Amino acid sequence: MKQTSRIISTYSADVFGVCSALFELGGMTVMHDASGCNSTYTTHDEPRWYDMDSMVYISGLSEMEAIMGDDEKLIGDICAAAEELHPKFIAVAGTPIPAMTGFDFQAVAELIQLRTGIPAFGFATTGMNTYVHGASMALEAVARRFADRDAVKTAEPSANILGLTPLDFSVNGSDISIVRFLEESGYRVLSRWAMGSSLEELARAGSAHVNLVVSSTGLGAAKALRELFGTPYVVGVPMGDEFSALIRGALQTAAATGENQFPACCLHGGDTVIIGEGVTSLSLASALELSTGRSVRVICPTETDEVLLREKDAKLQFEEEILEALSTARQVIADPLFKPICPGGVRFVELPTESFSGRIYREEIPDLVSDFQKFVSEVL
Amino acid sequence: MLKRIERPRELSGIPMGKASFPSPFVSGLEYASPARGTWNIVHTGMLIPEAHQIFVCAASCLRGVVLTAAELGMAHRFSTVEVRENNLLDGDMEELVIEGVGDIIEKLPKRPPVVLVYTSCVHHFAGCDLDMIYGQLRQRFPDIDFADCYMNPIMRKSGLTPDQLMRSRLYMPLKPRPIRRGSAAIIGHDLPLDADSDLILLLKENGLKIHEITACKTYEDYQEMAESEFYISRYPSAVAGGDMLAERLGGTHVYVPFSFDYDEIQQGLTRLAQIMGIPAPDFSGKREACDSALQETLALIGDTPIAIDYTYCPRPLGLAKLLLDAGFNVDRVYLDTITGEEKQAFEYLKEKHPDLQLFPTVHAAMRFHGAREQTNYLAIGQKAAHFTNTNHFVNVVEGGGMLGYQAIFKTLELMREAFREEKDMRRQIQIKGMGCGGCV
Repeated sequence: MKQTSRIISTYSADVFGVCSALFELGGMTVMHDASGCNSTYTTHDEPRWYDMDSMVYISGLSEMEAIMGDDEKLIGDICAAAEELHPKFIAVAGTPIPAMTGFDFQAVAELIQLRTGIPAFGFATTGMNTYVHGASMALEAVARRFADRDAVKTAEPSANILGLTPLDFSVNGSDISIVRFLEESGYRVLSRWAMGSSLEELARAGSAHVNLVVSSTGLGAAKALRELFGTPYVVGVPMGDEFSALIRGALQTAAATGENQFPACCLHGGDTVIIGEGVTSLSLASALELSTGRSVRVICPTETDEVLLREKDAKLQFEEEILEALSTARQVIADPLFKPICPGGVRFVELPTESFSGRIYREEIPDLVSDFQKFVSEVL
Repeated sequence: MLKRIERPRELSGIPMGKASFPSPFVSGLEYASPARGTWNIVHTGMLIPEAHQIFVCAASCLRGVVLTAAELGMAHRFSTVEVRENNLLDGDMEELVIEGVGDIIEKLPKRPPVVLVYTSCVHHFAGCDLDMIYGQLRQRFPDIDFADCYMNPIMRKSGLTPDQLMRSRLYMPLKPRPIRRGSAAIIGHDLPLDADSDLILLLKENGLKIHEITACKTYEDYQEMAESEFYISRYPSAVAGGDMLAERLGGTHVYVPFSFDYDEIQQGLTRLAQIMGIPAPDFSGKREACDSALQETLALIGDTPIAIDYTYCPRPLGLAKLLLDAGFNVDRVYLDTITGEEKQAFEYLKEKHPDLQLFPTVHAAMRFHGAREQTNYLAIGQKAAHFTNTNHFVNVVEGGGMLGYQAIFKTLELMREAFREEKDMRRQIQIKGMGCGGCV
């Protein structure tokens, strides 16, 4: 594999996933990078940048600091900024050069924590994986570090939403629609990881009876909360009446049995292809299959848990292999920046996502939780 | 749904009288303001007609450049080769570049005459044999010109900055050809010079044939720049590239600095005229006309507070000096470092206007500096507009197409316009590469 893309875009990277996941929690996230990562993230991957004063920075790593192993510059700069800005926590995430020099993120985080007294994380991201990897890692770390171990289950049915970032859900109200679904299903939503909730709300996540994982970025936290509190999780985004009913049932089963649930529909065949993040794409595929009877397969170019994918789905990363997989498709549902590789004569349905096309089609990203029927009418 | 978190104490500026040269602020963690109008290396590379750009980097580095191209609607002129962790471990970085670039070229619907191959920090750190890479590519594709370009910001403090490098690589595909007497190429900046700029007027009045990359429609048009007798730059980061170009192709490079200082403007253009062997421009009445325009503008704007930032032009302190001396209420300048070219203006302001405030743009605390409510500032530059939260701003980057006395007249004209009319600041400053045709 030559790892080339003649024309299509690149998914947001792991380091940006860390930033996106932690954005609203009152911490300070530092990308250990020379230059460029900060403007890339804040321009293309972070629709909240203009309106929310989140502390996301780069270290401004220089050639000499990298060669001489001058970690003290980074540590000193972070401690100085923390003293001035008082973040609730500090996160340091990596990019390609620290990956090459073998930068010890864990050790540096411990040093920072020691000097500042502020909880600190080190994330050994490399800039060479997708945002799913970074965001999942970050949310899992939050769960392990901040979740209140003494949490008591609520008297009434309750749930957390795991894996909510604008990279998968933009800022179009999808997060609110998921909350509404859970509330209408009889659950009190304790926390949303991590759009619309504070760090303190996330800390109370252990009180929930069940967790709803709405993207692969929430899987790390789901497993951690399962381990810490025994909370089972259900994987899926409530789209369409039929699939939403499946999820509703799965939530009840999970809460009652303590077993994780992976509701998904799987019809044979699949000449409609969805390209995108695993959980959201599988949810859409299932919702379409259940509501239209049309068989849909998923091409997932981002990291996802293999157990989620059905036999007909595929994890493909590069343009060449995706192009080949589309050769038998009759219809493709994907971000508009995939359109140039859609074979001639194949119907292309645009489904933009911030994780692939950034801000370009932001105004056109649908809330599939509340507007699924409208989307179906375009697909049919 | 969106909410601001509690703000820490606001950062205060440094009074000019206490500022140090060339770095008034302690370097540390860096913030990125939402102002995006300045060009990046993708925008600049697109100036070569028919060129295809191929970036070889990790995903995090590709993300910004690939979306720059997509926002420009130029994804068809842009491709990527993704460096993965296995490439760092396997030591096959050279092979990845050669095979990846070759693969893309074979898949392009039309063979481009020139390909810009951008390698990155990881290639530098891995000690890649770039000469071998380009040698192999040239051998495999003899019909294509390859330009070695770089996205290696880690080198920004070692030798040429990425900006300087890009402005030099932009002209590397030019092939030597016989020099045509009486021809000049204006090089090293991103936006076309204004037809009424002092430089264009001087060249036209003396019948010179003018080449400018922004006017080239085809690759052959671009190649014609190599016939130039003179290469003229006006942007500081273009100087190194101009020298290299003249040495390689045999012309003469002349730097005419962008300035707001009457003497420096005249000296720059007079020196150019002397080198070119043409009559010096007639500057009579220009100073008086500038003084008059300054007073006319002051009468309109009055004591409205003015903020300037470094993205407007390479001489923010020079502009502050001009305006302060004329009686304008310039109360702050946003910049992170002061260039050598501005040392004189810096010393002057330190002595004559010690209360002028300097603010950084990347300091971590600048995250919380932006005014919450709209202000009545008149901002000159996008970052100044953002930080002062004003819709009354001059929306120009990199000095636009201005040069000479015309830069003063035009700046004043734009200030009057900005004073009278509001702009949609939030939307306009977030467009990447102002003037390059971005769709967002």
